[in-house]
Amino acid sequence: MPFYSEKVMDHFQNPRNVGEIKDADGIGEVGNPVCGDMMTFYIKVKDNKLEDVKFKTFGCGAAIAVSSMVSEMAKGKTIEEALKITNASVAQQLGGLPPNKMHCSNLGADALQKAIENYKQKSGGKNAE
Amino acid sequence: MINMREVYLENQANTAIDERVLKEMLPYLREKYGNAQSINSLGAVSKDAIEKARKQVADLVSAKENEIYFTSCGSESNNLAVKGLAAAYMQKGKHIIVSAIEHFSVLYAARRLGQEGFEVTYLPVDKYGFVSPDDVKKAIRDDTILVSVQHANPEIGTIQPIEEISGVCREKKVLLHTDAICTCGTIPVDVNKLGVDLLSLSGSQFYGPKGAAALYIKRNVRIIPQIDGGVQENGRRAGTENVPAIVGLGCAAELAKNELDAGYKKMIRLRDRLITELPKKIEYIYLNGPTEKRLPNNINFSCEFIEGEGIFLLLDGKGIYVSSGSACANKALKMSHVLTAIKVDTAVGQGSILMTLSKHITDEDIDYVLAEFPPIVKKLRDMSPLYDYFQKTGKRHVAGPGTDYEHEHEHEAEEDQ
Repeated sequence: MPFYSEKVMDHFQNPRNVGEIKDADGIGEVGNPVCGDMMTFYIKVKDNKLEDVKFKTFGCGAAIAVSSMVSEMAKGKTIEEALKITNASVAQQLGGLPPNKMHCSNLGADALQKAIENYKQKSGGKNAE
Repeated sequence: MINMREVYLENQANTAIDERVLKEMLPYLREKYGNAQSINSLGAVSKDAIEKARKQVADLVSAKENEIYFTSCGSESNNLAVKGLAAAYMQKGKHIIVSAIEHFSVLYAARRLGQEGFEVTYLPVDKYGFVSPDDVKKAIRDDTILVSVQHANPEIGTIQPIEEISGVCREKKVLLHTDAICTCGTIPVDVNKLGVDLLSLSGSQFYGPKGAAALYIKRNVRIIPQIDGGVQENGRRAGTENVPAIVGLGCAAELAKNELDAGYKKMIRLRDRLITELPKKIEYIYLNGPTEKRLPNNINFSCEFIEGEGIFLLLDGKGIYVSSGSACANKALKMSHVLTAIKVDTAVGQGSILMTLSKHITDEDIDYVLAEFPPIVKKLRDMSPLYDYFQKTGKRHVAGPGTDYEHEHEHEAEEDQ
């Protein structure tokens, strides 16, 4: 059996939404290069919806696939819906991840949450719950 | 169907079996199935085959036949050398010395001895991976019974000054083991010139089968078996001999001896093509290990701003099979102990890629790698936040506010034991 599922390989080889949003409403970063994984998420919010989501990721195949999947899951969602995306639900959507990758590479949802937090702070708390 | 080129560059892990070796082995998997310890005619056929192989292996390293002991794999040879010797000489002393970049089968055998009351000194290496004979000299004490330093390092290619180290050991009357698993069959290995007391080698590293390896034990060096049972291997390693694999090892040793010169001259040329041409095509890549005194088949680069597993998975998609010393590519999620020992920056080392050549690699294969590698690095850099930051600021990323340090600690907690 290959190390990664077909879905992980697809998202790794053809990642969706790679890039940066110049005038992002929120930016979230997790990980650091010493660990071998770092993800930066950019979000653009309009009418409480994630109009655009982009990311840049340094990391292994799983880290890149996770970022891609998170961006796909979050795009078009309301802030509240997007906050419900968890690392576990991302792994599930990817058809599972190898056990040793579950914690270290599966940080995409955390990075997205951070970007949303950052957006809430920037917008002066008016969107805070 | 598109016929994609396949370039196997993981020869430190295993080599493809030589057809001539396989042919020699097959009768011993079929009609010549006797147990070498049986005293009937079929047993004698197997016994003769083993003794022929012993001669072939002895010739490869210029040893005597009765100094070659067959084992099942390189790790077993290393374990037998380190633990077997420690058990035999523990009355004399309980201190052993190993280098920090040994294979795990030496390092963990030493660690086990450490748990059992021995003291272990781990010798540091310089930034190219060299052990200093002077450090060996300083580390030797009255109760030192063994020094174990590999002939060459399979990950960064460093060929150690074993002749100088053995000079030190002889002077201090301490036994020396060398793990020559990645050198035997690749470069000339002569136990007398090296001056070692024990030497490990494995056939799967030079176009032989998996399942047969050997330990050279110099005459009069004592060793306690690590597998007890029958009288095989002169009572030093019990267990029914794996006759087909041993025959294959012997045949591979003979071929290696005859074809070594041609093989390694070609590999040096192709190795140097990759070492000189890749940096011309890719910025910010750094060679790990030395340029001189380097294994002829070893290439190891760190590609900054990206991570090794991503590189090797994309290369894999192109039929190019390599490995990486990055944390992510390692089941223990730690950067390789070799890169750590030569003090490669932890972030940069995440992008390490190891390529090891075989005698089958051609110029066309190298051309293919040189064509496919750079776009893969570009693709990954284009999505790397570290590269992005470097492009914008000219600075390396320093973990800033909001950086998730807990994540780092998680790794430490997952450290393998």
